[in-house]
Amino acid sequence: MPSAEPAPAAGAFHRFMADAARVGALVVQPRMGFADPARMRAGLIATRAADATTVGTLTLDSFTRVGDYAAAARAAAQGHHLNGYPLVSMDRETTTGLLDGVHGPGFPVQVRHGSARPGRIVEALIAAGLDATEGGPVSYCLPYGRTPLATSVRAWAEACRSLAALREAGTEPHLETFGGCMLGQLCPPALLVALSVLEAKFFRRHGLRSVSLSYAQQISPEQDEEAVHALRALAADHLPDTSWHVVLYTYMGVYPETRVGALRLVADAARLAVRTGAARLIVKTPAESARIPSVEENVTALETAAAAARTARPAAPPPSTGIEAEARSLVEAVLHLHDDLGQALVRAFAHGYLDVPFCLHPDNAGRTRSFISDRGRLEWSRTGSLPLGRSTAATPSRRLTSSGLLHALNHVRNRYDDPAALLGRAG
Amino acid sequence: MPVVYPHHQPPDSPRHAVLTTIASDSHTWNLLFLQLLLEEQGWEVTNLGACVPVDVLVEEAAARTPDLIVVSTVNGHGAEEAPGLARAVRAVPALAEVPLVVGGKLDTSGSTGPDVHAALTDAGFDAVLTGASAVPGLLALLDGLPEHRHGRSHADAVR
Ligand code: B12
Repeated sequence: MPSAEPAPAAGAFHRFMADAARVGALVVQPRMGFADPARMRAGLIATRAADATTVGTLTLDSFTRVGDYAAAARAAAQGHHLNGYPLVSMDRETTTGLLDGVHGPGFPVQVRHGSARPGRIVEALIAAGLDATEGGPVSYCLPYGRTPLATSVRAWAEACRSLAALREAGTEPHLETFGGCMLGQLCPPALLVALSVLEAKFFRRHGLRSVSLSYAQQISPEQDEEAVHALRALAADHLPDTSWHVVLYTYMGVYPETRVGALRLVADAARLAVRTGAARLIVKTPAESARIPSVEENVTALETAAAAARTARPAAPPPSTGIEAEARSLVEAVLHLHDDLGQALVRAFAHGYLDVPFCLHPDNAGRTRSFISDRGRLEWSRTGSLPLGRSTAATPSRRLTSSGLLHALNHVRNRYDDPAALLGRAG
Repeated sequence: MPVVYPHHQPPDSPRHAVLTTIASDSHTWNLLFLQLLLEEQGWEVTNLGACVPVDVLVEEAAARTPDLIVVSTVNGHGAEEAPGLARAVRAVPALAEVPLVVGGKLDTSGSTGPDVHAALTDAGFDAVLTGASAVPGLLALLDGLPEHRHGRSHADAVR
């Protein structure tokens, strides 16, 4: 923590993560959300009671994410199931009531949403006494709908300022970037690392001093280890005067369908987090492939991850294959586009300097393409206009077909659901 | 080995499908997959992308009546939102008879049961496709559709 001024009541999330860093325990966190406040409260209580170092989550529903608060209110009033908690549509007392006696310095709660216009959500979370959330002008825009990137950039700048204003009241707010995830799969790591760093920098420039940088587990452990180390190296250079940590997301693409496979994947994510020095892990449950998980399934995932983490130790980075250099080229090129980082991001996408493979958002150039190499790594088959510095040898792409796409999307699921693979490991 | 769906030779004036999702759903891998699948079957596809407001769908479809409307949604809000979408589409006279199908993961509990289906067909969907049989079901349905529902002139088709 760089700030020298007195901080009477440091933000719950910020302080908890700073304390956990001293102890060296991996913090594990669910992505949990229910429309029913009683169930939401029960979920938080169970998260807190899990045999793990945990923080809580309010994951918001899709109506709230796209700003249709009336639809969220209607569905919740009728007792319909939503895919998350409709924070903006609930009155403040309902939310403070469900948090009462659960949320506090020993158990901070973060709001995870996925909104390109987060104004009302940030307002509501602050009103409910919370101080941590997630997002970013790019990562909560491109994967999350059709809002123009420029609109999202403006809305996120404003949201950052609202959050940062909490510091005046002695609370250190925390903001996590979703940039290391984007569409969840088939994005070469260097671009994820670059986006994570650029968004964290955006948060810092708009007044946040406590941030986390995400990276989502991909398909190759070696490539992922290299990527997280690259992320840490870039963060160290680009975020002076900032308290930051790395948060790893358990695989965010098509998930194994078998219980054994699903739990093996989250355990591997936990070990990856410890090996690379990530401070926090977001888990996925055995229900991931099919439906919204129950409270119990969330607890199982948290405890599986914590147990796996206890068996791992930090490790030296693997030999470089150039992820850090590629990520640095991308970040530098974007920063040179404009003094205002928001403007730079908008231009970067317009020029194709940032270009997410397979992303259908109208502001994404769509000139890049990725593939899974023979060595089981994510590589570029088309680099479009990405300024990757040294000429990254892109392997020419084959025609994209429905079966080819599905095959690539199912790569991880098939590996983890295959019982032979499990035997191979155990033996 | 990946499953390979048989390709159809594109006819001179391909049939046209509008591919969409519900307004709250931002998932797009499903849309990309279905676009490729339909194109491989010889269809011309207008993929409306993520989080499509019902008005945008209705406007697109009314401007150039398609031979099929495919709604794909996986975020768990389909059972809640798709009936309204179907009613809005069916309320437009030009779209009252266009084949309209929905599929994906339609509620938050992973059900593929008849309850969800009944409400959706009542609202105006011709088919509800979920679970492992969804894609084969769609392919069978495509085979059963006439080559040219509207007997559009070529000029119309390339408009
Ligand atoms: C990748 C992913 C994401 C990415 C999406 C990026 C993007 N822009 O596409 C990110 C990380 C951004 C994301 C966000 C969210 N996600 Co998501 N996501 C997934 C995940 C992991 C994989 C989806 C995928 O890529 N599938 C690949 C495609 C090809 O397969 P598919 O979509 O299943 O479609 C197949 C079939 O269903 C079928 N099909 C689909 N539609 C149709 C239609 C017809 C007509 C036919 C015939 C067939 C058909 O064809 C396809 C091929 O077989 C799934 C879980 C999983 N499957 O492992 C969750 C999942 C779909 N997400 C889910 C949710 C809830 C969300 C969020 C709301 C966040 C949250 N509350 O957890 C947000 C969405 C916000 C919004 N506004 O809607 C839930 C839905 C729960 C439910 N239905 O009960 C899932 C199941 C995860 C879970 N268990 O919680 N997600």
